[in-house]
This record gives sequence, structure tokens and C-alpha cells, in this order.
Amino acid sequence: MVQVDNLGRILEEHPFAEGLEPALKELMIGCAANERFEAGQFLFREGGDAKKFYLVRSGVVAVEVHAPGRQALTVETVDDGGVLGWSWLVAPHKWTFDARAQTLVRALSFDTTCLMRKMDSDPILGYQVLKRFVPVMAHRLHAARMQMFDLYGPGKKG
Amino acid sequence: MPDRQAVIDRKDLGALFTLLADEGYQTIGPKPYDGAIVYAPISSPEELPKGIGDEEEGGHYRLTQRGDAKLFGHTKPVQGLKAHLYPARQKLWSAEKAGHGFRVVKDAAPQPRYAFIGVRACELSAMLVQDRVFEGGPYVDKGYAERRKNCLIVLVTCDHAGNACFCASQGTGPDASEGYDLKLAEVVDGSRHVFVTEAGSDKGRAILSKLSKQDAADGDVKAAAANLEAAAKGQKRAMIAGVAELLAAKLESPHWEDVAKRCMSCGNCTMVCPTCFCSTMEDATDLSGLKAERTRKWDSCFSIDYSYIHGGPVRNTAGARYRQWMTHKLSHWVEQFGVSGCVGCGRCIIWCPVGIDITAEAKAILKGA
Amino acid sequence: MNVAMQQLADPMDIRPFRIEKIRKELADTFTMELVPEGGGSFAFKPGQFNMLYTFGAGEVPISISGDPADPSKLVHTIRRVGAITQAIGNLSEGMAVGVRGPFGTPWPVEEAFGSDLVILAGGLGLAPLRPAIYMALANRHRFGKVVLLYGSRSPAEILFPKELEKWRGRFDTKVRVTVDRAEPGWGGHVGVVTKLVTGAGFDPMHTVAFVCGPEIMMRYGIQALEQAGIDSSSIYVSMERNMKCGIGLCGHCQWGAPFVCKDGPVFRFDEVADAFKVREL
Repeated sequence: MVQVDNLGRILEEHPFAEGLEPALKELMIGCAANERFEAGQFLFREGGDAKKFYLVRSGVVAVEVHAPGRQALTVETVDDGGVLGWSWLVAPHKWTFDARAQTLVRALSFDTTCLMRKMDSDPILGYQVLKRFVPVMAHRLHAARMQMFDLYGPGKKG
Repeated sequence: MPDRQAVIDRKDLGALFTLLADEGYQTIGPKPYDGAIVYAPISSPEELPKGIGDEEEGGHYRLTQRGDAKLFGHTKPVQGLKAHLYPARQKLWSAEKAGHGFRVVKDAAPQPRYAFIGVRACELSAMLVQDRVFEGGPYVDKGYAERRKNCLIVLVTCDHAGNACFCASQGTGPDASEGYDLKLAEVVDGSRHVFVTEAGSDKGRAILSKLSKQDAADGDVKAAAANLEAAAKGQKRAMIAGVAELLAAKLESPHWEDVAKRCMSCGNCTMVCPTCFCSTMEDATDLSGLKAERTRKWDSCFSIDYSYIHGGPVRNTAGARYRQWMTHKLSHWVEQFGVSGCVGCGRCIIWCPVGIDITAEAKAILKGA
Repeated sequence: MNVAMQQLADPMDIRPFRIEKIRKELADTFTMELVPEGGGSFAFKPGQFNMLYTFGAGEVPISISGDPADPSKLVHTIRRVGAITQAIGNLSEGMAVGVRGPFGTPWPVEEAFGSDLVILAGGLGLAPLRPAIYMALANRHRFGKVVLLYGSRSPAEILFPKELEKWRGRFDTKVRVTVDRAEPGWGGHVGVVTKLVTGAGFDPMHTVAFVCGPEIMMRYGIQALEQAGIDSSSIYVSMERNMKCGIGLCGHCQWGAPFVCKDGPVFRFDEVADAFKVREL
């Protein structure tokens, strides 16, 4: 199928696919869709059902948190080559932040209901996908800790 | 050829003081003061600690009566000569407000000319160490360099070891082979009281040529040698070999925490150490706010402010501060200046209020390896 | 007085400079342009620092943030954090400060000719790196890629924003800026500075990196550079320690065996990597 071939090429270009066997890529492509978001559009909203994740091809996605009476705060941006969203892996599978396109964003999205089913029946695929998500989670945790520590203060002599 | 040895009789020693004074030197020597022996200005041998010895141990120091007439029968004064060569407070300059700015005024007073009498080998070694610090690098401390160049050193060899002494293991005593102008060995045998004397420099030879002296007798030279041997062999403490490499590898030894339980961070060890050179600046204005002054004063790595960068001190714990002192002295110093910063005088042991013994700590770190 | 004469003078003597211009950079940070009282110039290498004295209050080490190609003025960027920097901050144009320096080791800009250059800065750490950036851009043709990665706490705390924009506008230079947190309206990256290293597009085998910022930021920044494949012998850092003399005689800035003031502040990372690991050294 032409579409799958195209998606396959797109997946191929993303760092996520590095070292992934063709057969597994094939399985993933079966759950994938090519998406496009205009600047300002939300990819997902806090509290919504997390039934997707995104491989960002180009553009910048802001991960935001909002509170009444306060301006929304961007806690992280994800851009070219990045992976967005892992709430689908963790019960109760609800998004914990808002994700908003800061620029025009092109991304490959994955239907995680579809993918999870394949991962359950093919543990090798399951392992390979998780192996790529654990570093994403670890980096987020590390980054959150560093932000909590406030890297830049007290600052450099100057 | 070493200079032929001569002896100066005790009764002729006064002439040395007079001669040095005539040549414009301020004579500094050991003197009993307030229950201790200190280096102080003295003008004749009568002010030397005649018949006085000292007793030393970890956290312990007392003067004793020797029961003889020796003038240099003590081990070492409580403070080294750095107090003269690198005074504890040094005014660097003053400044006056002038228009929108200020004008700096430097004191042009000439540096003193000291003749140090009764310098021990460890003391001299400490001076040679400080020479490397203040004169050996790209930046020279001009005041120190001038005072040092001006000074004359009359070394007196030791006739016994103090309980805290460990110069033999550091190779810094009890004898000295260079760096002095005159070297005296005091020999008392019944009524005979002489100083076996040797010149170590042209300055020393010139002085010696003007003093009344006789050729040394065999017995004098033998007695002087025996005294030196006793001073070397009588040492109860020793620094372990290879301590520089050991400490460099033991920055994370749990033993530092053990020392921290005893160390009071008082900084006494750094104040009495004859090589410790750390200083800080003190800036102040007078009440009118029109005149300012900058003073350099001794500082200690045991003070919490010593390592302060904004945000807080780098070395918060007593263990880290003791580690800084000991590893600097015995290990990093070698990398910085090519020699150990410890001359084995043992003053840090004597003046530590809880008797922390740097030689014992080194052994403990070795054992914990 | 030229540099050669300066070295002959007593390094503890201060040289009076007049404050020509003061520019507010951030809420607590300002830049001063200084000229020597009675004329003359001030030559320095990027990464070096001066001891700045203000009447009666004392001295503080401050890195030079100006252009090494322009010795007619001396430029310092200063954050008001302690009594002395506060006192300097209270001075106005036309008043005087005392200067001793320049001291310390420089960023090895010339040694990096022929390689890609990555500059990784955090917070006020951009100030000591700015002279190296000026020099690198003035010699742009001698480098492969030039990449500037800069992290700050928030958009309002970005140092030298106009220059960052200007440098970003050059086609031959990649500038990536990230902040820890931002409100909408900020169009740039959000996240820790280490994240900028991935995808920065340098050739790790032929790259020299200069890193400056708070110590913890440098540690994590270096981790990211090493992960990207840059050898530790090609990474340089600028250290901060307490300094009272600037010439290795007061002892305060010791960091293991090195004196940060004269053996640093710029160190090749592989030579100090072990010291970074020891707490309270």
C-alpha cells in the first residue's frame, strides 16, 4: 500500500526507528498516521484519554500546564526528532499536560490501542518499543530534577 | 672544600650581636616570654633562654629548667619566622577620595633587615619552602622577597629532639647543608662552653672573619656531631613514606570524617605552621569615608569563609577543611611547588587543642587503605 | 601603561579606571565599560578576569565580557550578589573603580581553529564566554561549524538577548537558546540546556567545546557533550572559587593542586575531571 510505504519512509527518518528490525517497523506502521498541526492547535489536552503518542518530524510542540488565575506555563518543548507522550503506557492512561503546537508541526502519530495489542501478542515488539520509551522517560525525569534544582542560580561569577 | 671549623667561645658570642647591629641588622632570636620561647628582638646573648628547655606533646607545651648553661637548649620557638618575613598583618596601601575617583598612596618605608639568630634546620627549610611560594612562580611577593634578601641567618643545630619533632623523616633536619650564613653548634662540656661555627655564605664568612675565634678541638666537633645524631635518632614521630601519593588517592577516605569528630576547626595548626601562607584582604574606610586602607592578613583554610563563593562555602564540613589542610600540606604542595609543605617541626601537633597528630592521621589513612 | 609594563609593576597594585558607561542587563545584572584614568589601553585574552576594587568595600574577581579586539575599553558584566558587587553596582558613570589584572588562563580559541566550535553557556556564564564568541566570529572562516547553546532560567533572565538574536541571524552560526520555564509568547525551546546538545549538528570527532555556567550546569552539560561523542580532552570549562589575590599567593582558590586563579579559571576538562567528582574539594 502506497500510504504504508510513505509512512515507512517517514518512520525510517525518525531517530526512534534506529536499529528497529523491518518486520517490527512494519507492525508499527500498521498503527501509524501522518498528522499536521497548525501553530496554536492542541495535540492533546490534560485529562483527555491518552490513546496516542507522537514522533515529531518537524516543528516545536510546547508541553504546558495551566492553573486558574495564572498564565499557562511551558515546562518543556519537543521538536524535530523528539518523542511526545507516554501517558498511554501508564494507567489510568490520561494526559497529564497540554501539548500545543508552537509552530507548524508535522508528526507521525500512533494509535496505542492498536499498538498495545500488537505489543501484547509480540513481546519482542513490546520490548523494543519500551526500550525506546524508557530513555525518554528517564530524560524527562532527569530534566525535571535539574529544573527543580534550579541550575542557573546561584549563578556564575560575573 | 668545606670551611675549616672554628669555635667561638660563649663569652665572645656577644660580639656577634654587636657586629650585626653595627651592620644595620635588627637581631631576632629566641627569648622566654610569658611561659614560652618566642622569636623576638634581642640585643645580647643575655636575653637568650639560658638553661631553659621545653617539653612538648600533642596539645601540650611547658618550659623546663635544664640545669645547665646552654643558651639554645630548647627545641623551637612556638612560632616560626614567617611572622617576620610575612607578617600577620601587612598594610598594602591606603587610598583617598579625589574628585569622582580616588588616589592610591603606597607606603615607601624600606623593608627591615633582620639577622635571625638561633634558627633551627626545620625553620630554615620552612623559609626555603616559602621562598618557592612567594618568589618561585610567575608572580612574586615583593615585600617578602626584599625582607628575605635582606636577612641574615645564624643557624643553630639541635642537640636533642622534641617529642613532636619529625624533621628527620621529612629530610628537613636536624642538620642543614645550605641556606644559612652561619651555622653554630653549641657544645657544653664542664666549664668549656663554645660554639662550633661554620660559614655557609660570603656574608657569613665576612662576619666570621671579624669575630674572635679559635680552631675547633677534636672533642668539640665530635660533641657537636653526637648532639646532631641524638637529635635525629631521638625523634619519636615520623611521617610515613609516600604520603603525597597516598593522600592524593585518598580524598574520599572515611577517615576524614573521623578527624572531623575531633578537629575543632580552630586553625591553630595553620597559624603555627611555618610554611602556611594563606592570606585574606581587609578593606576599610575611616569614619569620614574619605580614606580607605587595604590590609593583608593571615587566613586559615579552617575558617568557613575561606572557601566562600556566592551561594555558600565550598567546604562546609570540618572533615573537608581538615582534608584541605593536610592534603595541601603533604600532597598538593608537591605538585604546586616541587617540595612537601611540611618540614616536620611538629608545631601543629603541639598547638592543636585536642592533640591531633598529622603523622598519626597519615598512618591511619594508610591503614584504612 | 601597556601590558608589559603592567607585569613589571607590583601585581597587588591597583590601576584606577573611570566608568564610562553603565548598561542594565537584567534585574540584578549590569555591564560597565571602563577606561583607564589618564589614558592607555587594556589588552586581555578571552576568559581572563580582573580583580575589581571599589573604594573601601574591597575586591572581587570578575571575568571580562568585552571584545579582546578592542583594548580601548574594558568591559565587565556583573551580578549584584554580595556586598562588593552591590557597592560596585551603586557607582555611577564618571566614578572610578580599581583594576588588577588581567589574570588567569584563556579560552583556547586559536587552538580550536580548524575544528567545529561548540559554546555551551548557562545563566551568567555567557559573560565570560562572550570575548571568545567575539573572537571566534571575527575568525569565522577558520572554524567548521560554530554552535552556541545557551540555557537560562526564564526568558526574562536571558543575558545579551539582542546579541544572541544578531548571532542567530548569521547564516554561518547556529544559536540555540532554551529556558527552564516560559509563559506563552516565548517561541523558543523550553527544557534543560543539556537537551540542546542533541541535534546541534557538530562533528564530535572534530569539535572543541567551551563550557561555562554554574558548576552543576557544567557537570551535566559536559555529560551531554561526552554522550554526543566529544572527547574530554576537547572540552574546556571555566571554574569559580573564592579569590583574594588573583596571583596564586593567598591560597583561597585551591581546587586540589591547581590554583583556579593562575592555573585556571579555564581548564581542559580531562585534567580536572577527577576533581569535579570530589565533594567539597
